[in-house]
Amino acid sequence: MQLEYFHMIDRIVDLKVDERTIVVEAQVPMESTIFEGHFPGYPLMPGVLLIESMAQASGWLQLGVFKFERMPILAAVKEAKVRGSVFPGDLMSIEASLTHEGSGYAMTEAKIRVGGKLRANSALTFTLIPFPNADMRSHMDAIAKRVGFPQQAVSP
Amino acid sequence: MSSTFDQVATIIAETCDIPRDTITPDSHAIDDLGIDSLDFLDIAFAIDKQFGIKLPLEKWTQEVNDGKATTEQYFVLKNLCARIDELVAAKGASA
Repeated sequence: MQLEYFHMIDRIVDLKVDERTIVVEAQVPMESTIFEGHFPGYPLMPGVLLIESMAQASGWLQLGVFKFERMPILAAVKEAKVRGSVFPGDLMSIEASLTHEGSGYAMTEAKIRVGGKLRANSALTFTLIPFPNADMRSHMDAIAKRVGFPQQAVSP
Repeated sequence: MSSTFDQVATIIAETCDIPRDTITPDSHAIDDLGIDSLDFLDIAFAIDKQFGIKLPLEKWTQEVNDGKATTEQYFVLKNLCARIDELVAAKGASA
């Protein structure tokens, strides 16, 4: 995880395109400038970054389900609950499932667990847009390699 | 069983917190009811679920942007309901 670059996801553990589910891992770093301010003497992951992590897990799921034909963009956080704190050094396991596929939009539900305990959950809405340019597409391809996106999952 | 319009009006009222009695078949979802594109996703979601269809929002938006259709054709509620009825009928015919 590189917080300052919003690289939240480290590894795709399990992508089931047919079942429309994904599990990813995200290792919270021990140190980050974010923790210098949030908070001095009591560093913890900001809740908005937990939502962002669930959104990115949902994003990889959608890239898989829609075979990289569309880019999901977070449009609405329908519900989000931060049920417990996430600290530097924690390994987050994030699950997401696609709950609805509309025309040009999709909805997911996601959960973050640390050590098996639920720390946050959310219901998210995404708009699905064409990749805006080749740079963006190649950037996503590079990140896909880094996080171990299973290309065979989207092969024809 | 309530009409398509009654069901859609209820969805809009509940989703967007708009008084039900201000929603008429001639209401334009955008121009009269002030529903924006993001709120309309919630309405589309509820309609998709309730009627077991998939509103082709992308196709409609493209047609409007290309000048091949007007927003009135899809977003005046009586017209929207007619489209829904067509989609439900098409689904029934292909089932």
